[in-house]
Amino acid sequence: MMDIIIIGSGPAGISAALYARRAGAEVTVISRGGGALAKAEKIENYYGLAEPVTGAELEANGIAGAKRLGVQFAEGEVVGLAMNDDFAGFAVQTPKQSYEAKAVVLAAGSTRLAPKIPGLKELEGKGVSYCAICDAFFYRGKTVAVLGEGDYALHEAEILLPHADKVMLFTDGKEPAVKIPDSIEVHKEKVTAVEAEKANGMERVSGLRTEDGALTPVNGLFVALGTAGSVDFARKIGAAVENNRIVAEPDMATNVPGLYAAGDCTGGLLQVVKAAYEGAVAGLAAAKYVKNQK
Amino acid sequence: MAVTVLNKENFKEEVLKADKPVLVDFWATWCGPCRMMAPVVETIAEEHPEIKVCKVDIDENPELAQLFNVMSIPTLAAFKDGQLIGTAVGYQPKENVLKLFA
Repeated sequence: MMDIIIIGSGPAGISAALYARRAGAEVTVISRGGGALAKAEKIENYYGLAEPVTGAELEANGIAGAKRLGVQFAEGEVVGLAMNDDFAGFAVQTPKQSYEAKAVVLAAGSTRLAPKIPGLKELEGKGVSYCAICDAFFYRGKTVAVLGEGDYALHEAEILLPHADKVMLFTDGKEPAVKIPDSIEVHKEKVTAVEAEKANGMERVSGLRTEDGALTPVNGLFVALGTAGSVDFARKIGAAVENNRIVAEPDMATNVPGLYAAGDCTGGLLQVVKAAYEGAVAGLAAAKYVKNQK
Repeated sequence: MAVTVLNKENFKEEVLKADKPVLVDFWATWCGPCRMMAPVVETIAEEHPEIKVCKVDIDENPELAQLFNVMSIPTLAAFKDGQLIGTAVGYQPKENVLKLFA
């Protein structure tokens, strides 16, 4: 089992990697690239820059510096995060591989807000779910849909296949970004509403309305748009989330032992300097945690 | 106070006929977030004797889960005078759970 896995290679992730590595831990950073920093054209308000740099340069320098210290890097889009079977350590999954580590630092940036589809928020827990592995059980023999178009959506759909009677993929107007197996029916129309019915005086999901006016009956909808974000991972593992940000202590620990969060995913000032600070604190705390496990 | 384990035999008596507000934690052994919820629920049981705290293992009691439309776990359900007064889905810190009884 690895010591520490860091999800994300931006300022928070790299800073965590530097401090954890120098504290003696083995560190692997898993990243799919393409984070918020690279989108910044010019950075002139970060400490130590005599001349402005582009976000992409700053990001690349960060990664180079971490590699120089022996931080390992793995390329991949993280689609799953869970405590492993005996609840000692974490399992981190990408579409091609599974990794295990004693501690994890979530530094995957901020998550886009849920789409404004009527019924989506109201029916959460009543047929709308954000975690296939948590809730597949309730849809045994039923019809479910996954809202999404990429590896993450496919990952969630595949978790549901052995349980549900029928699994459909609703891409909400997009082309699937990955090859979808024939066992999953694909709908490309935009979803205009999640409809509900009343049973025993309680509401629950009954179908999906799409832009062409059609209503597709479903018992459950699993939301997995785009790539899995920090908040998606937090929900799956039971870390507290408030207002779309992960709740962390001063030492960046979440309520899940061994799981830390740093950077934009904890909200507040969405700036490199804050991310770097939180990464450093998280890296040190994670390294100390791992040392105490030995 | 200890956490009462519920099943379909004692649910009516323990929850619907209780003389004080009841908190029910719907959980399962394989659910990570439920594991995170367990110590929070235990703490509420210790610190708030005015609330009866119970739990339902949905693997062993699927009918109870179905009866209360539980489709996601953990689900925390609050009851008063035999009526369901509120639910919260997913890991919740202590304050959020107590707010169900406000």
